[in-house]
Amino acid sequence: MSETTKKKKVLVEVKNLKKHFPIKSGLLQRTTGWVKAVDDISFHIYEGESLGLVGESGCGKTTAGRTILRLIEPTSGSVLFDGTDVATLPKNELKELRQEMQIIFQDPYSSLDPRMPIGESIAEGLRIHTNKTAEERYELVVQMLTRVGMRADHARRYPHEFSGGQRQRIGIARALAVNPKFIVCDEPVSALDVSIQASVLNLLEELQDEFGLTYLFIAHNLSVVEHFSDRVGVMYLGKMAEMATRGDLFQNPLHPYTQALMSAIPIPDPKQRKKRIILEGDVPSPINPPSGCRFHTRCPLAFARCKTEEPEFKDYGDDHYAACHLLDEGKSSKLPDLV
Amino acid sequence: MTTPASIQDLLREENQKEALKDEAPLSFWQIALIRIRRDKLTMAAIIVIGIILAASLLSTPINNALGVDPFDTDLLAQFEPPSAKHLLGADDLGQDQFARLIYAGRISLAIGFFSAFFILTIGITLGMVAAYFGGFVDDIIMWLINTLNSIPQLYLLLILGALFEITPPLLVIIFGFTAWPFTTRLVRGQVFSLREREYVMASTALGASNMYTIMKHILPNVIPTVIIVAARAVGNLMLAEAILSFIGFGVRPPTPTWGNMLTKSQQYVFEPDKYYLILPAGIMITITVLCVFIIGDGLRDALDPKLK
Repeated sequence: MSETTKKKKVLVEVKNLKKHFPIKSGLLQRTTGWVKAVDDISFHIYEGESLGLVGESGCGKTTAGRTILRLIEPTSGSVLFDGTDVATLPKNELKELRQEMQIIFQDPYSSLDPRMPIGESIAEGLRIHTNKTAEERYELVVQMLTRVGMRADHARRYPHEFSGGQRQRIGIARALAVNPKFIVCDEPVSALDVSIQASVLNLLEELQDEFGLTYLFIAHNLSVVEHFSDRVGVMYLGKMAEMATRGDLFQNPLHPYTQALMSAIPIPDPKQRKKRIILEGDVPSPINPPSGCRFHTRCPLAFARCKTEEPEFKDYGDDHYAACHLLDEGKSSKLPDLV
Repeated sequence: MTTPASIQDLLREENQKEALKDEAPLSFWQIALIRIRRDKLTMAAIIVIGIILAASLLSTPINNALGVDPFDTDLLAQFEPPSAKHLLGADDLGQDQFARLIYAGRISLAIGFFSAFFILTIGITLGMVAAYFGGFVDDIIMWLINTLNSIPQLYLLLILGALFEITPPLLVIIFGFTAWPFTTRLVRGQVFSLREREYVMASTALGASNMYTIMKHILPNVIPTVIIVAARAVGNLMLAEAILSFIGFGVRPPTPTWGNMLTKSQQYVFEPDKYYLILPAGIMITITVLCVFIIGDGLRDALDPKLK
């Protein structure tokens, strides 16, 4: 293998992806505005890595994850999965491709059909994609269940008989049953107790090694992402603010927003006084996002150009992408410690 | 009231029965069946409805055996109180009330069940289609519903009653085509909320077709609502039939229905000695409607895996 191909293979490439939801109002249900949930984001995911995606509530992380899998039709842009454009693929080919990319949901209570024994839920993918007999499917379901740390006899029970952590494991088993390459983990541990979070995260890590999975790990908990991801992307109001390797991002955050986020991570040491950056105001509405750089309304370092011109999301060396005019102009983007 | 046994208990029992044999998991419907068998109230209602249905369906042979006929008039037997010959007495025309009651049951039940069947078929299909596909399709269906709703049903029935002679089959068709919007709205609303559940999205992510998702995930979760609606519909339609008879636009005598028997009896309300003309039809309507409601409740509980 040559040095260049050996480097890293891109499995998923997102190009200028947009998802705008129409707001309809009035008697004739005319479109009166757009919620720009995901507004022109581009990034790539290498094979075998887990890419963390963080951001505040409502910044478009979940929409981004679902649009990549085309569970929501994108407004524009493309998603290349192993060279195939998911965004424009005809239905029948998309169905085949769905085996390769799966999703694990945030809410373990609504992600399983309450009227279906969990074994059947897990077997669903096999039912759709293979001609296996009921016994063969059952065998695989048992395999999957034991792999995620559950018992074979759980297969015939209903979702309400399980705890949140167990349900999340069932959700993982369901995704895993079709043998995917890529899994979007949509805040898989946000709804769980801290003690259970760790076990589910460990399971995800084990599975990644075992099956060579690639993850897009969506979360709002930075500690979880730091533990779990190889690279991390930070989203703000439907835009990508920064993306870098985990070490780079946590040691040397370039974008002011990322710096503010980092300063909010709690440190489990009561004696250590931590400098925190407090951002003023709330996240603006994605309906009429601020002009120019979307962060300018809350950025302590904003200057004239930020209000008018949208910053470009570009590489500042070593695969460290950011979108900030300060960097573009070669100035320091480091925020002063306020507290 | 007895509660349905938990799935755990049922499975444990089933496991004991099957000993160590590795049996296939119990299906949804098998579990529901086992639970209904244990629900005494529902079973009682099912038995009562069963008896009423049997009596109604077998009214001709029963009447033949008793030597009475629902249409025979016998002025000598006018207002005869219950006796061995006329089990429930005879009315002003000397018609045997028992014969009429069980024959009327056939008509009333048929109107209730067949109209409900019509309503549910149209209502569920359109409701699911409207909600699942949304957009243009939804707009058209909602427009149809709003249009239908804006026509006062009573006037429609009066006009139809004036134009045609109301026979039971015609009544079923009229009920069927005018009463479905309520079910459609309800199902549509349910499906709208179900469609956004993550398990439906998970199914799509696994490559399931729309049809598969509708049949496997949406429909089973709409069923509890539908069962209650169905039970209410059967009851309400039988009552609607009675009301229509009351204002003179229902099925006309000599064809008896519980509704027109009740209507006819209202003139005797102040004559307690004619209780045999007043009570039976009303009691039959009440019992039947009540039993249908109870069965609906029992079915819903039996189909809910969450209830222990």
